[in-house]
Amino acid sequence: MIQPRVHDPDLLQEISTDIRRSVITSLSLAGSGHLGGSLGIADIFTCLYFSVMNHDPADPSWPDRDRLILSIGHVAPVLYSTLAHAGYFPEEELNTLRKLGSRLQGHPGREHGLPGLELSAGSLGQGLSVSVGRALAGKMDARPWRVYCILGDGELQEGSVWEAAMAAAHLNLGNLTAIVDRNGVQIDGKTEKVMALEPLKEKWKAFGWEVVECDGNNHHDVLSSIQLAQHDPEKPGIILAYTKMGKGIRSIEGDYSWHGKAPSKEEARQFLCELEEGER
Amino acid sequence: MSIQYVNLGDKPTRTGFGEGLLASGFRHPEVIALGADITTSVGVNLFAEQLPGQFISLGIAEQNCVGVAAGLALEGKIPVFATYGVFAALRTTDQIRVSVCYNNLHVVIGGAHAGLSVGPDGATHQALEDLAIMRVLPNMTVLSPCDATQTKIATIQAIHHVQGPVYIRFGRAAMPDFTSKHQTFEVGKAQLLHPGNDCAIIATGHLVWEALQAAYLLKDEGIHARVINMHTIKPVDREMIIRAARETGIIVTAEEHQVTGGLGSAVAEVVACEYPVPLKFVGMPDRFGESGEPRELMEKYGLTHRGIIQAVKSILSGI
Ligand SMILES: [Mg+2]
Repeated sequence: MIQPRVHDPDLLQEISTDIRRSVITSLSLAGSGHLGGSLGIADIFTCLYFSVMNHDPADPSWPDRDRLILSIGHVAPVLYSTLAHAGYFPEEELNTLRKLGSRLQGHPGREHGLPGLELSAGSLGQGLSVSVGRALAGKMDARPWRVYCILGDGELQEGSVWEAAMAAAHLNLGNLTAIVDRNGVQIDGKTEKVMALEPLKEKWKAFGWEVVECDGNNHHDVLSSIQLAQHDPEKPGIILAYTKMGKGIRSIEGDYSWHGKAPSKEEARQFLCELEEGER
Repeated sequence: MSIQYVNLGDKPTRTGFGEGLLASGFRHPEVIALGADITTSVGVNLFAEQLPGQFISLGIAEQNCVGVAAGLALEGKIPVFATYGVFAALRTTDQIRVSVCYNNLHVVIGGAHAGLSVGPDGATHQALEDLAIMRVLPNMTVLSPCDATQTKIATIQAIHHVQGPVYIRFGRAAMPDFTSKHQTFEVGKAQLLHPGNDCAIIATGHLVWEALQAAYLLKDEGIHARVINMHTIKPVDREMIIRAARETGIIVTAEEHQVTGGLGSAVAEVVACEYPVPLKFVGMPDRFGESGEPRELMEKYGLTHRGIIQAVKSILSGI
């Protein structure tokens, strides 16, 4: 059955909290992985998988599904948690994250057979090119589905992203929507200090894209900006989604030291408490 | 009785690639060629002219080309991406490794101007490392056909009969075209071109013709050399190599590639494990090429029948 669309803001919030809870728990059990980014982008995943995309968890290769390409493979925990909550596989399997024999690899790997994965990825700068290829195929065959590509902001320092950006506009791929997790940080610190990206909006505009900015931790804002980004059928759209790394856990929000860390058991207990408090 | 192979006229292997691609494209609309600006020099121009709906120009952006090819393959298209081997295999190695090979996608990558055949352009454009790098990637098939006729057949096979990623290399210079249009060509099965039990010459690409010339000359001296065309570098034909080692006791490999990592290494890996015999490698001696006519360069670095004969004799005299 095609995933029903959720419009109720309270329900979307609840789903995001569920996803965050799974992210914290699975990372804590794994003992390594990327917590900050996974939490920051949970609201965007909620919107895509529960309100925007046409997809069927019971039929992961349904030909007319919308495709989600996760270019930043290191936030795999949020993808896995979302897929589990959408019903692609049992939630208990999240506890196997990063363990030997698991279908939940540290970075997504299709050869391990996890349903719902559209691409094995994790080497930054490659996802947008693959998305361009898929969107191009869809356009050539006049298919109704869309391609969504999730990019990191630090990732935009990779030159190949801009090769893909040029191609998407050149090929008039109106069926492609990219979302940048603009949390302003990367492993070494603030993006503007490591290698300045601004003015980002103007850059994407100059490359021929429809550009929309939004609060990436506000469901309503994310949903309306996705619509705005898709209004021109001949132009690819990009959303610069301003998010907070570690969103939902007050004590670590915005702290880039949580980019590549997993919480200890003790920290996970504390974070889960903070998550519930934030919810209330 | 052995057959003398005859040169039916010099022809660049890139022409064979272009012909094979065009023939496939006409019959199969899912075959999509990607252009990285140099379509004419890699033999894709006819395809672009005659099948414009199946040709996508992506400019001088090879890393993106490989990613786009992966995306097309995920949707059931058969993407063929060709550019100079130095860019096709080396600039894009990470994209090929992750987006193509780790996803195990049927993407056909054409490495043009392989070896020294780009001559005067010099070292930057001479692909002498591509076989080594493509060979080490899991899921990858690596083809290195020996002449234009075989390259056409190999291209069609790469497009329609190989599963997963495939790299096919071909050259720029016009070289002897000597194999039959009706030859049996099977990916992974080497061709025994000339019988002999005194030594075996295992060659690939343009060096196969040189190997045959070497065998004819050696025969005049009473040395019967077996000549094997190893057109598939991966998966390498282990059985053919082991048989050559066992029946001849001496192996010389010959390729237009660095002596490290390519055909010679692939053969040595099998021989070392299965049936150790003396080996010699004819190839580039771990150095960059330079400007010069392809023939002159091949002479300078010993990538000729003379170089092969010398290698054979040096092993024979050492025994
Ligand atoms: Mg970031």
